[in-house]
Amino acid sequence: MAQFRTCPDTGFAIDLAADKLIKWNAVTAVVFLLVGGLFGILVALTRWPAVHLLDADLFYLALTAHGLDVLLVWIIFFEMALLYFTSSILLKTRLAAPWLGWVQYTLMLVGALITNVAVLQGESSVMFTSYVPMMAAPHFYLGVILFAVGALMGCVVFFSTLYIAKRDKTYEGSIPLVTFGAMTAAIIAVFTILAGAVILIPTFFWSLGFIGNIDTLMYRVIWWGLGHSSQQINVAAQIACWYAIAAILFGAKPLSEKVSRTAFLFYILFLQLASAHHILVDPGISSEWKIFNTSYALYLAVLGSMLHGLTVPGAVEAALRKKGYNRGLFEWLRKAPWGNPVFAGFALSVVLFGFLGGITGVMMGTEQLNIIIHNTLYVPGHFHGTVVVGTTLAFMAMAYWLVPVLWQKELVFPGLAKWQPYLFGLGMGLASIFMMGAGTLGVPRRHWDISFADAMMVHEFPAAAYMMMGLAGISGVIGGIGGGIFILNMVSTILFGKAKVPAPAAEEAPAAPIGGAATEYGSASTLEVPGTFVLALVFLTAFVLYYFVNWKYLASVWGMS
Amino acid sequence: MSEHDSTHAGDGGSIPFMQKLLDSPFILLFIGVAMPTVIYIIWGVMEIVSIPVAP
Repeated sequence: MAQFRTCPDTGFAIDLAADKLIKWNAVTAVVFLLVGGLFGILVALTRWPAVHLLDADLFYLALTAHGLDVLLVWIIFFEMALLYFTSSILLKTRLAAPWLGWVQYTLMLVGALITNVAVLQGESSVMFTSYVPMMAAPHFYLGVILFAVGALMGCVVFFSTLYIAKRDKTYEGSIPLVTFGAMTAAIIAVFTILAGAVILIPTFFWSLGFIGNIDTLMYRVIWWGLGHSSQQINVAAQIACWYAIAAILFGAKPLSEKVSRTAFLFYILFLQLASAHHILVDPGISSEWKIFNTSYALYLAVLGSMLHGLTVPGAVEAALRKKGYNRGLFEWLRKAPWGNPVFAGFALSVVLFGFLGGITGVMMGTEQLNIIIHNTLYVPGHFHGTVVVGTTLAFMAMAYWLVPVLWQKELVFPGLAKWQPYLFGLGMGLASIFMMGAGTLGVPRRHWDISFADAMMVHEFPAAAYMMMGLAGISGVIGGIGGGIFILNMVSTILFGKAKVPAPAAEEAPAAPIGGAATEYGSASTLEVPGTFVLALVFLTAFVLYYFVNWKYLASVWGMS
Repeated sequence: MSEHDSTHAGDGGSIPFMQKLLDSPFILLFIGVAMPTVIYIIWGVMEIVSIPVAP
């Protein structure tokens, strides 16, 4: 029989089994963010030409560990916490099969540890992609497979909890939009994990010597069904967090439930197809496959993102205007709680994800334009604009609310928390911009020494490329310090935080309920959000200009005379 | 009238097809896995296996 406690802050009835699983998954996520972040700083300090910290072997080891721990382990552990939160707690129901939740946690933890050990042993510096014919130690693949199976178990628990909530009628009508967004993430996760199983299980047997050969192109096509789609789980989960934070802080409802859910439906149908942009310069695959996957279909997923980009700030504007912040276009924005790390992280995540990750992703997904920047440092620049300043920042913002609520403790360093989203967001945002700048000048990704100091054939990059690399290094270190402050705050709060003192009448007076998209179906029933429409037009102008500037740039790369 | 009132069961009206679809997690799960499996994986694999082997 499930046992519940009532959260004094939110009034949520929290299933104790879900509570425990959410906490363990969230804490483990933060620990791996620390590990992966430290490796990231080592990578940044090596690619910063004036520092060039690590030797080549250690650089590729650190790069492999950084990619795995932050792109996969930190993010997926936190997403497991979100899946349990958005199903059990938001739907006011018990978590289905908590024992399976612990199987999920154990498999993911054991898998992550095994893979980290394999990387640290130095025989598996194959980077996140582990492209064949580079061969890692068998336990490298085994660890990733165990981790993925664990994540699949988490999805099973999530969908089973949705079923129980519907059967027990714990909600009326449709599930809340935040839960719908998390469900989108879970659906993409299932495809991601199945694609991973299809390619990584044979690769594991290949590493054991049971299979003679893995076709390189086959590996690349199927592996990216795992590698890129795993980042699309993030996009869906991060947008669910955006709606959740808007609801938690302001009681905001989406401008239109129908539009927001349709936008998530576009993700379910089309977002995974973006994986194909990694194959755009590979021979042997037709242009029809490439262009259909990355353009015709993917643009519908991009439309979904642009809809969310309009309706999330629109929901905030509508909610704040309702509270009386009606003067001019932007009073609601000026008077928003910029000193609250939950809001600051959320707002920066929305803006930076759109401008840095979103626009550049569309450019990269265009077959002709992709050739300009394929396999250059532009690519990590792009995904630091999505996964880091988009997803990670959104998850940090969510954690600033979730950790004090779940643990019932005060933040230990509230002053630092005010600054942290700006330090991390702007540091990593600048790192993303400078990486993309260097990539545009031709600097390759995953390269230990672009000066080719010990090579027989030298390539001279322009001085601006070295400057960009240096600035990316400095920005990365600043962002890393921001990430460190977040981890310090979270760990200190959980271990040493002062217990929250309930208000004197807390037992009699119910806590202020969290409304909006987090707990109920319903639209804001207004489109009077002029500030948001002006901001959207600014974004669209930047989008169009950037897109066509790159066509102009392509024309100059391929001189016709 | 809010969107909630006008489109949800209990008001006596029939539920629109799109809402039925969006309220069906397992159908969404099926199409969310089937679409990329067919368009990305199967189509991509068919292209690779149809590449002629070098003599």
